[in-house]
Amino acid sequence: MRFDYAPAPQPTDFVDLDASYGLFVGGEFVDPVDGRRFKSVSPSSEQVLAEVAEAGAEDVDRAVATARQAYDAVWSKLPGLERGKYLFRIARIIAERARELAVLESLDNGKPIRESRDVDIPLVAAHFFYYAGWADKLPHAGLGTHPRSLGVAGQVIPWNFPLLMLAWKVAPALACGNTVVLKPAETTSLTALRFAEICQQAELPPGVVNIVTGAGETGRTLVTHPGVNKVAFTGSTEVGRSIAQSVAGTDKKVTLELGGKAANVIFDDAPIDQAVEGIVNGIFFNQGHVCCAGSRLLVQESVYEDVLAGLKRRMGTLRVGDPLDKNTDIGAINSPQQLEKIRLMSEVGEAEGARRWSPACPLPERGYWFPPTVFTGVSQAHRIAREEIFGPVLSVLTFRTPDEAIEKANNTPYGLSAGVWTEKGSRIFWMAQRLRAGVVWANTFNRLDPASPFGGYRESGYGREGGRHGLTAYLRTGQEAGQ
Amino acid sequence: MTERLTVPKTHKLFIGGRFPRSESGRSFIVTDSKRRFLANAALASRKDARDAVVAARKAFPGWSGATAYNRGQVLYRVAELLEGRRRQFVDEVIAAEGLTSKHAQEVVGASIDRWISYAGWSDKIAQIDGAANPVSGPYFDFSVPEPTGVVAIVAPQKSALLGLVSVLAPVIVTGCTAVVLASESRPLPAVTLSEVLATSDVPAGVVNVLSGHTEEVAPWLAAHMDVNAVDLTGAPIQLAADLERSAAENLKRVLRPPVDGEPDWTGESDVDRIRFVLETKTVWHPIGI
Repeated sequence: MRFDYAPAPQPTDFVDLDASYGLFVGGEFVDPVDGRRFKSVSPSSEQVLAEVAEAGAEDVDRAVATARQAYDAVWSKLPGLERGKYLFRIARIIAERARELAVLESLDNGKPIRESRDVDIPLVAAHFFYYAGWADKLPHAGLGTHPRSLGVAGQVIPWNFPLLMLAWKVAPALACGNTVVLKPAETTSLTALRFAEICQQAELPPGVVNIVTGAGETGRTLVTHPGVNKVAFTGSTEVGRSIAQSVAGTDKKVTLELGGKAANVIFDDAPIDQAVEGIVNGIFFNQGHVCCAGSRLLVQESVYEDVLAGLKRRMGTLRVGDPLDKNTDIGAINSPQQLEKIRLMSEVGEAEGARRWSPACPLPERGYWFPPTVFTGVSQAHRIAREEIFGPVLSVLTFRTPDEAIEKANNTPYGLSAGVWTEKGSRIFWMAQRLRAGVVWANTFNRLDPASPFGGYRESGYGREGGRHGLTAYLRTGQEAGQ
Repeated sequence: MTERLTVPKTHKLFIGGRFPRSESGRSFIVTDSKRRFLANAALASRKDARDAVVAARKAFPGWSGATAYNRGQVLYRVAELLEGRRRQFVDEVIAAEGLTSKHAQEVVGASIDRWISYAGWSDKIAQIDGAANPVSGPYFDFSVPEPTGVVAIVAPQKSALLGLVSVLAPVIVTGCTAVVLASESRPLPAVTLSEVLATSDVPAGVVNVLSGHTEEVAPWLAAHMDVNAVDLTGAPIQLAADLERSAAENLKRVLRPPVDGEPDWTGESDVDRIRFVLETKTVWHPIGI
């Protein structure tokens, strides 16, 4: 049976964009010193949404100095409850402007409005609300009786969840009494700049949050800046490694949330229909632009045929297209560069002998698109089973015994997340104990919550974001704090 | 009547529960605080460092899989055995560090007590650092601390016993396994501690001890792709920066040396040293009928 859907477009006319944006430093928008700007393009229409400033070394310098000033003069002296009240304000304004932010996120990033509206933005507001409540309770966080803030945090975030990653970085930093200089990804600056306006609206003291837009060079300048006390980065393992090298010999505190190649393990007693939904959500959520995506499917041999048939059937119902259509399941690939990388890795998969399958699905003519894709006949040696693709591409492997499942699941330098599907409770815990990953989803996948610590083992980085654990990244604790 | 000729000890490495000489066949002279000859110690090589990492990795599943109660008892037993060898350690600390007898006795006492203090953390830390997370949805969500894996430790250079115990015990109490590079100029208490560990209930490979030149061996440990974390407490500042850079290759967790020099280690046990080698694992499961 086939359902046809009439278009259900989300209106965008209430999202006003300026033609050009400056840097947000000291509570106002300022022009970059050398006047350089770049265009932010909508990946679904290839239309230019706005021009954004490219911060150079002098701009970063100024932002860090401003953050330091705000730290010394205002933010570090404010009682925790007052800091918290500013964060509560921000959380409330985000909730009030949720639809506007969701639309802008989908325009700029390419993700379906259903996801930005129902996942990203609610989580952003929740994250600020959660950490707001911590601001006056830090002595109770089990991190020493007088945990101290660090100073200025330099934060660099990726393009896959632009505003959510901002919230993960900014909320705990401010709650703990630090000031921040944040660099959004160059393809997705617009919601961060909208957040700057929200800081103004919330009357956050100037300089507490500074936003410098730009590309990799701006990020490098920020994390290596001697005035930065704390570096927080979410992005590729490659860049994370160079950041870890660049802070060697300094006293900067670092947290890194990097790549992943999560195994999603399906046992023969799993509820197959639910598991198929979990597989689809695990790899096709946000076009697979997810560091914790379940990109390696491990299926027990006895149910392989059933699972694969169910998966293909379900993939055939996924709707790829306009991110602003409320029926869309899979939106646009964020950039031509990323699209090229996904294409390349898929070609490598075929060249190495894996079998490629995608449902017949029409793709729009303009914009950057990639159909949901599954590879079968994949071996552990294949590059598509080892390297992060960061797109809607799933590799399927099989196993016979639980031991073999663990062996294969852990056979990766990464360790961010993993999934396990089985109706047997003891087996869930057995698996959860042995999977070397920071997050294990059992009979679910890709769940996120501000109260839940998130972060990786091994080359997926270090430190946790979310929950009480997320405070550690932004505080000097215990003997470190001179207690 | 002639005076009895004493039998000097050969100081060897401790790898995988065995006491090999360095595969390189090399040794170096260890002197006391007044630069008088004490002994020849094995001069560990790159190969020895790699062998030690292999032994530590092999021991990890068993040790990390033991119950917390069991690990606590094993560490407590180390303290019991040390107590029995108190006088030997006092003599060695006097020789290595040039302390007065009284001071050395305090240091050895503190070293024994430190094992006991950390032993008690084994089944406490998960309750301090774990959590049930109140997520917004029908899910049971909890976080537990887990050992990160193989930890390479550059032991403190000055405090050859108390400093060593203060960095080693918090690592292995978690279920991590360790490769320790002993104090370069004062390695003998570490060698004797190995002999205690070998006859204790600590499984082979959980602690591996190398003696040798810090600048020669530490870089191999810091760059080793099967090491998960490095504690650089005993590394000279300049070397520490290089080691941290090497450690970035596989994103090792790095504990930098203290900026104001080696502490006197007389403080209490430090829970942050335990946290340094822990990962937080968060598990989600739906709630439903």
